Formats: sequence, C-alpha cells, structure tokens
Amino acid sequence: MLNLALQMGATKTPEAVLFWIMAPVAVIAALGMLFAKKAVHSALLLAWVMITLAFFYIAEGALFLGIVQVVVYTGAVMMLFLFILMLVGVDSSDSLVETIKGQRATAIVAAIGLGGLLLSLVGRATVGAQAIGVETANVKGNVQGLAEELFTKYVWAFEVVSALLITAALGAMVLAHSQNTKSRTAQRDQSIARFRKSSLAEAAGLPAPGVFARHNAVDVPALLPDGSAAAASISGTLKSRGDMLESAIFELEVKEVEED
Amino acid sequence: MSTLELLGKDPGWLTAVKGLLVFVICVLATLISIVMERKIVSWMQMRIGPNRTGPFGSIQSLADGVKLALKEDIIPTAADRIVFVIAPVISVTACFMSFAVIPMTGVVNLFGHKTLLQLTDLPVGVLYILAVASFGVYGIVLAGWSSGSTYPLLGGLRSSAQVISYEVAMGLSLVAVFIYSGSMSTNAIIAAQHNWWFGVTLFPSFVIYAISMVGETNRAPFDLAEAEGELVGGFHTEYSSLKFALFFLAEYVNIIGVSALATTLFLGGYHALPGLGFTENWLGGWFTLIWFFAKVSLFFYIFVWLRGTLPRMRYDQFMKFGWKVLIPVSLIWIMIVSTLRLMSQNGASRIVVGSFGVGVVLVILTAMQFMESAKKKRIVEDSLGEVATPSFPVPELPTKRAEQLNG
Repeated sequence: MLNLALQMGATKTPEAVLFWIMAPVAVIAALGMLFAKKAVHSALLLAWVMITLAFFYIAEGALFLGIVQVVVYTGAVMMLFLFILMLVGVDSSDSLVETIKGQRATAIVAAIGLGGLLLSLVGRATVGAQAIGVETANVKGNVQGLAEELFTKYVWAFEVVSALLITAALGAMVLAHSQNTKSRTAQRDQSIARFRKSSLAEAAGLPAPGVFARHNAVDVPALLPDGSAAAASISGTLKSRGDMLESAIFELEVKEVEED
Repeated sequence: MSTLELLGKDPGWLTAVKGLLVFVICVLATLISIVMERKIVSWMQMRIGPNRTGPFGSIQSLADGVKLALKEDIIPTAADRIVFVIAPVISVTACFMSFAVIPMTGVVNLFGHKTLLQLTDLPVGVLYILAVASFGVYGIVLAGWSSGSTYPLLGGLRSSAQVISYEVAMGLSLVAVFIYSGSMSTNAIIAAQHNWWFGVTLFPSFVIYAISMVGETNRAPFDLAEAEGELVGGFHTEYSSLKFALFFLAEYVNIIGVSALATTLFLGGYHALPGLGFTENWLGGWFTLIWFFAKVSLFFYIFVWLRGTLPRMRYDQFMKFGWKVLIPVSLIWIMIVSTLRLMSQNGASRIVVGSFGVGVVLVILTAMQFMESAKKKRIVEDSLGEVATPSFPVPELPTKRAEQLNG
C-alpha cells in the first residue's frame, strides 16, 4: 500500500492535481449514487462517476478508451433513466421496506460473491503481470494498438461477447413483442371507415368541446345548432370520470340580443 | 510539421485566448444566425421579417436576448430544483465543447505565433464530438423530467429516443470517412480530402449524415421534442428567462457545430473550392476562415430551408425512417466501402473494382424492384376489409378500382 502511495506521489504534477480534484468528486458521486433517495438522482450520479472515470483514462493516455467510455455509458445511463421512468414512475422515491422475504440477506451474499469474483479476476490480471507502459502500447497509435489486440489476440472473446449481447437484445425483443391478431387500424383505415358509416355526421371529425363565446373549457360540451349539448365533444376519459359540466349555464343570454 | 505538433507548441495564454475566441465566435454566430433565419424564412414566406431594431432589423436577436435575460425567472413548485437548474447548463456546455476540435483556419499568424484557429487536435477528435453530443442530450431529457409536468416529460422522452436512434445512423455514416481517411482526427480528415471531397466520393455517407444531423439537433422536420402543436413547447415549456435563453443558445450553437463538422468531414473543411486554392494565402491565411464560414452558412441555409418547407414528421414515421431506412442503408454502404477500400489497398485491377461496382448496383436495383412490388400487393390486400354498403351514394374507393384492374 505504501509502495502504491509513493508511486502516486511520483506522477507528473498536472496529473496529480487532476487526480486529487477528480478522485474525491468521483467517490462522493459514487456514495451519493448509493444513498440518493430518488432513483433518477442515482442514475445521474452514476453518469457522473462514469464521466470522471473517462477523465482518468484520458489523463493516463488512453484517449480512445476515455472517449468510448463517455459514448457508451451516457447512452447506457440514458436507458437506465428510461427504465426508471417506466418501472418506478416519474417521481417516486425508494421505499426501504423489504417486500420479498429474505431479499436483503440474499442481496448481501450476492454482492459479496460478485465483489470477490471481480477482485480475483482483476487481481489475476494485474498482480504479478509485467506492465509494458502506455508509451510502448501506443507505438502504432492508441486506436491502432487497441484494434490490433481486439481483432487478433482477443477476437474470439470479442465475438463471443457480441454474440451474447445480440442474443440478449433479441431475447428482450421477443419477450416484449406482442403479436396482434388483427392489424391495427391506421389513419387511412379510420378515414375510410368514417365514410362507410350509415350517418355522415362524424365524417369531418368530432365537434370540439366548449360553448362558443361564453366558455371553451375541455369539460364543457359544445352546443349543437338546435341548442342541445353535443356529448361527443367531450373526451372519453373525462366522461367516464364524470368530470363533465352542464353547458346550458354558459349559453349566451338571449335578452341582450333582442335589445340590439 | 503536423498540426498536432503545431498546436502542442502553443503557449498557455494563447490556448486561453483561442478558447475565448471560440466562445465569442459561437455566440456571435448565434446572434447573426437567428436574425438570418428569421429573414430567410420571411423571404420564403413572402413577408418582411424583423425590420425594427437596428438597420434592417439586424440587432433584433441582441434585443431579444437582453429582453429574455431581464424576464422573471420561474421555477415551478413541482420541479426538481437542482436538476432543473443544471439541465440548461449541460445543454450549453456540451455544444460549446464540441467546437474545440473543429479547425476553422489553416496555418495563420495569431499574436506572433504560427498556429491554427483550433483549440486542440485529438487523434480521436470526431469521436470526441460524438461523445460530447451524446452528453448534451442529457440537458434536454433532464429538463423534460425535472420540470414536473406532463408535456415537458413527453418532449424529453421523445428527444432521448430520437437522439439515440439518430446517433447510431450518424456514427455509421462517419465510419466510411474513417475508413477512407485512416484517421479520426479532424485535421487528418481534411488533409485526406485534398484531391476529392468526401462529400463527392462518399456521397451516400454525406446524405445519411446530413439527414441524421437534422434529427440530432431537434430541428424541423424532426423537431418532435418541442412540437409546439402537440406539446406546448416540449422540453422547455416550464423554462423562462436566462434558462430558456440558454436552451435557445444551445440549439443554435448545436446547429453551427454539426454544420461545422459536416464541413470538416465532407466539404474539405477550411480549404477553398477546387480551382480557387490561391485564395488560401490571402490575408496571411486568414481568408480560409471565410471559406470555412461560407460552407457552414450553406449548411445553415439548408437547415432554414428545411424548416421553411417541410411539415413536422409523425413520431412513428420518424422512428421507422431512422431504424428501418437509415441504419440498414448505412450498414450496407459501409460493407461496400470497406470492400472497395480493401480491393484498392490490395491493388485489384480496375476491371475487378468496376465489375464489383456494377454487381452491387444490379443487386440493389433488383432488391428495390422486389420491395416495390411487395408494397403494392400489401396495399391492395390491406384495403380488402369488410365494408358495409352505406345507404347513400359514395364514390368508389381508389383501391377497389386497382383491384379490378389487377385481376
């Protein structure tokens, strides 16, 4: 540990300044992500953590990796954001009540297991391995070097991962897809159907809500030429909720017209 | 000397001055382009347009900016205050950042230093612009979410789906440019176009980029995120005063940014038109700035032209166009381009390359023919639903007649 700290002290000044400013920010954002009440705030802080990581990659000379980190993770967090909106709702916060029995214990065990797995994998890749340094790796250019590794030495792993991702995407699509037994009516079909009814009253569209001259709220039925209320002018939702006003009270007073 | 080394020799103060210059250019260009847009649209619609403030209404947008800044700043009670304030800042920051890697002039003399009017050159400059752009979408989405109101939320969600799908097409259209220039640095891409502009040699990529850049900037006919007929003002419905002005600024800087990128990638950047290369040395190299802005203005004019001409697309048509037309077409185009590139690198004879080209064209024409006939058949089949005969006379439907003709 002491050795690592000494090595850190030996880094170039601008990099050290960057590190000591960005690292606390990254850690605070990561902790905030865990403790934020609103799920959307957590997602935003996650995006921020990913962007600070990209800063570190760029400072370390891995320019391509840093930029790709931003491209990939901003898109990914955006998806997360949409999932939160769809599954949790627009502004509901986390509830801390345990709804599934034994969920907390299982989660802790799984987290420890995943952490151990990651630690052992990362450790195996870094401890004892001889680092060749970023200058040597970037001799042919950062992108070219990365491409060569990816498409020669690791091409199998790369293809397997992409196959896995495509399978997952297809699976999600198959699960989410529902087949209609009848084809959905399009604008064109609806237009044709309007003219094929026995009455042409609704052919030009439904009447708009509101009474001319006195009131035009969405919950007030329009008046027909004979003075009766047109129920078809109110949206079905308002009607079923019972949020419909009587339009007679908004009618123009006939007396004023007679005086003229 | 490569431009990267040239930029690397800039002293710190010069970089700061250039940063300031980029900012000033962007803001000035926004002020000018808002007036120009209103003037051009009014000319297209046979109106006069702004003509009160300054000569020919030329400082109208400056006056509007001052007015916006002095208005009352409202934060709705239902809003998520922190995110609500951060969102416009994200939008503006991102679009200014993307300008950092755009070279606006050739080698010029700036305060006694030989340099380019470009803040920095990255080996992955174009990818950097994509990254910053995808970060900028957060501004719109967060503005929509944090307003705590339905219409902004719908606008923000539309925008997120829109930008994600059109960014794929945009990224794919850039791949052909990367393959042919062998680099992702803006300067190297410009240098690779000294014989032929990529806008000519990679014409399909250029078209795909041009379409997706309109989708990416939320401009008509793709301005579904702020569709004023359906969503009041879309994501910025609840914004007022300076925060709204920031969104306005972001939109226009974004337009100029994508136009500048299109200029750099497809129209030879700051270089002169073919045959006018001698003008590049005028004014000690500063004349290239005029060429650069002439090309950017061309794209801006097209943006305004589209807005003045086309109605807004329906949302499902828009998504269908992105996923079912733009992305497959760009994928096929990339395959053709990389095959051609590999052929020319391996020294294939002209006959082989030519016959490959003819083969591709034949395959595409045949596929189009099949698709066209399949489409016709489907239209006829769809319209054969059960139709009750009405009691009053109606003209025969056009598809019925087509059916009789067919068989």
